[in-house]
Amino acid sequence: MDEALRTSPRATPWRLWLSGGWLTLFFGVALLAPWIAPHDPLYQDLFLQRLPPFWIDGAETGHPLGTDSLGRDVASRLMHGASVAATVALIAGLATCLLGSVLGLLAGFYRGWVDQVISRIVDIWMSFPPVLFAILLVAVIGTGLTSVIVAIIVIDWTRFTRVVRAETMAQARMDYTEAAHVAGMSRFATLMREILPNVAPVILSVLTLQMGIAIVVEAILSFVNLSVSTDDPTWGGMIAEGRVSIHQAWWVLIFPMIALFLTVLSFTQFGDALRNRFDPVLR
Amino acid sequence: MSAYLEITGLNAVLRGTRTRVLRDVSLSVSKGQVHGLVGESGAGKSMIGKAILGVLPRAIEVASGRISLGGQDLGVLPLRERLRVIGSQTAVIPQDPLTALNPSRRIGPQMTDRLTRTLGWQKTRANHRALDLLEEVAIRDPERVLHSYPHELSGGMRQRVLIAAAFAAEPKLIVADEPTTALDVTVQKQILKMIADMQTRHGTTMLFVTHDLGVVARVCQSVSILHSGMVMEEADIRTMLTAPAHPYTAALLAATPRYTDPEASLVPVSDTVLAGVAEAIRASDTLWGRA
Amino acid sequence: MLKRLLLRLISIAITLLGVSIVVFVAVRLVPGNPVAMMLGPGATAEDAAALEALLGLDKSILVQYWIWLTNVVQGDFGTSISLRQDVLTLVLGRLPATLELAFLALVFAALLGGMLAVTGTIRRGGWTENGIDLWNGLTLSTPDFLWGLFLILVFGVWLQIAGISGRISPQLDLPFTTQFYLIESVLRLRFDLTANLIGHMWMPALALALPLSAMIGQLLKQSLKETMHLDYVTLARAKGFTENQVIWREAMRNALAPTLTLTAVQFTHLIGGTVIVERLFSYGGLGNLAIDAVINRDLPLIQGIVLVFAVIFVLINLAVDLLYAVLNPRLRHG
Repeated sequence: MDEALRTSPRATPWRLWLSGGWLTLFFGVALLAPWIAPHDPLYQDLFLQRLPPFWIDGAETGHPLGTDSLGRDVASRLMHGASVAATVALIAGLATCLLGSVLGLLAGFYRGWVDQVISRIVDIWMSFPPVLFAILLVAVIGTGLTSVIVAIIVIDWTRFTRVVRAETMAQARMDYTEAAHVAGMSRFATLMREILPNVAPVILSVLTLQMGIAIVVEAILSFVNLSVSTDDPTWGGMIAEGRVSIHQAWWVLIFPMIALFLTVLSFTQFGDALRNRFDPVLR
Repeated sequence: MSAYLEITGLNAVLRGTRTRVLRDVSLSVSKGQVHGLVGESGAGKSMIGKAILGVLPRAIEVASGRISLGGQDLGVLPLRERLRVIGSQTAVIPQDPLTALNPSRRIGPQMTDRLTRTLGWQKTRANHRALDLLEEVAIRDPERVLHSYPHELSGGMRQRVLIAAAFAAEPKLIVADEPTTALDVTVQKQILKMIADMQTRHGTTMLFVTHDLGVVARVCQSVSILHSGMVMEEADIRTMLTAPAHPYTAALLAATPRYTDPEASLVPVSDTVLAGVAEAIRASDTLWGRA
Repeated sequence: MLKRLLLRLISIAITLLGVSIVVFVAVRLVPGNPVAMMLGPGATAEDAAALEALLGLDKSILVQYWIWLTNVVQGDFGTSISLRQDVLTLVLGRLPATLELAFLALVFAALLGGMLAVTGTIRRGGWTENGIDLWNGLTLSTPDFLWGLFLILVFGVWLQIAGISGRISPQLDLPFTTQFYLIESVLRLRFDLTANLIGHMWMPALALALPLSAMIGQLLKQSLKETMHLDYVTLARAKGFTENQVIWREAMRNALAPTLTLTAVQFTHLIGGTVIVERLFSYGGLGNLAIDAVINRDLPLIQGIVLVFAVIFVLINLAVDLLYAVLNPRLRHG
């Protein structure tokens, strides 16, 4: 997302609270899924195929969000799917952030040939369509959760590098950075003490954005059957299955969709609101 | 001589509040005359011009009062009609020639779009008209200027282009909003003379906004002195210069540099005078508050 | 200007070279023996050796890259393993469908985004603008993949007013000689076919367009609002122009430059999005072909498709630079 597209810094606490609330729920469910899920997400009950959710006639009380075409409980699968999504969001998000930010800081602070090389690689990376790149990588290194995470890191580090590099360059031009330099602080110390704290809010907001994107990429890869094994419950896999049985059981599709939508939306809004709150310049 | 522009009891406020930026402004300008609007910065002199043209900033709205052009009350006209009247009968000579021209459009269409869009002229006729006027403001290569972009012209050239554009549609009224303030001192006099000459030749009624009483003495026949959006004194130029009725006018005159007596110039406006002005404003606000 | 262009072309060449190296290396990293995969079961050792020599696999990696690159430059992308056809022919056969879809989406995004921006500018500072901001925020955070699913659910399943798969109804008799169905149907004045094509395309196109439309709407609105209180805009108002005329004639052109740059950059993202959206709507374009290729582990085909996408991306970026220069007279003379 472009800097210019950020929503206005008008303080909207409800944005922070709503998105923060959903994310707490998301991570909570992800953590506790094995204990709070009412059923085994993989258990197939062929006598209870395509049960509708609770507000529609014919629903069973044990299956509040209904069952899919193999008789598996949608609510339980949704909860276990959240675990996969949260794992991907955290690991892929943080690793991408670390790799991309370090490269961005180096390029923006040391300039010269370091910057030349890194920027050129970013240019090359930007010439690949990300989804296709991800699919290609997973095809190359094999399917599975680890591959998905590796693919996301390999593809998306440029998002951090570009933003952090620009921000670092801006900070390096500031008077206080020069003053630190004049005062005899070493280059590395200047980078860590003067620049990094000022770049951190930007990194944080890109990080939350990236966590949302990671979840979508995982869902897309599951959707085309390239993520974790087909049996494991993932939101993307549920969506793929729901897409097939869309005319018989739309609820199999809509619940993972809503979960995905709310989570992605919350990640972007949360990052945005957090930044407005803590960025000393914007505030 | 009949009045062409007539403003009576004009009040403008910050949108949604009762805080006034124009306080009960009344003035009238006879056909073919130049009327000066004089005041320090923030006195609301430009605001009056903007109110006439209907281009007040969004934060400000007209609360009451009447503005009429040639006997036609603008307030009663529906929006489309009002835009048509303003577009066909008025024009502006803006303050800053650097920002008043659209950087991405050529000079030609910017000069003629009032003619072609609002008045429905043929393109060739409008272009001829633009060429004539560019010659009138002493631009040497008018054909080339028409095809130029603003950044290719000097500041003085752009201001002349804007003057030519203002006269292009033979407007009845021109609002000149500090037209020489942003220019080099060396070209100020030349531009001022050009505006005065054009005004005489075309017989246009003009509202001349400035903070410079020297400029007023040179080009205006009558003048309104403003402070805090309120008219302190409206008078013909000779009366104002020789026998100012309001102490604030006298103080402003005393503060104007004079070549004949440099010692006497640059006297700051005294506190007693300012207290008098503040008193007048308070009195007016009390009345307004009751209304 | 010429020097700028030259520098751009050199940088493009370097980028494409980098892309080719990445693709080459990525595909060589694949575990398993490509020769065995190409030959299938029942081939003899001699067959394998012959094919290996034919493909240059017995030579050093640098020589292999050089052979591969010269072939690619000459348009020889190899043969698809799963479809047993020339890769370039396959790719070029599917490319028009994807391009048509992407451009239709671009048109949707521009219209929708422009409408939101202009409306928001005219009604700035009120509830209408707040509503537009909220809508843009929601749309921006929703990926094309979810929009696609949502449209399928609403229009395909609940309202049942649109078919949800394919590019054109299969029972139709097609007179086309090129793969650019949409353009050709218009040129041949077969508007019945145009309608059928649009009927299939509007949902995937809209799914691709919505996130971009929000970006356009947001950035353009911001630029317009900044332009709206500049002096020349005030002057235009005093010429008797309505708010609409002022926006379109005076403000739009100067406000457009940043939006166009953003749109062009994001257009590459939109094209990237076709991969999954085509899959979602079973639309027979390049993206759908790519996913099939990956599932079948058809490496020559994947290579070809990725390279074609990269070339398109680079060309779009070049077009942006040129467009920017044309739109900004100061740059043109500078």
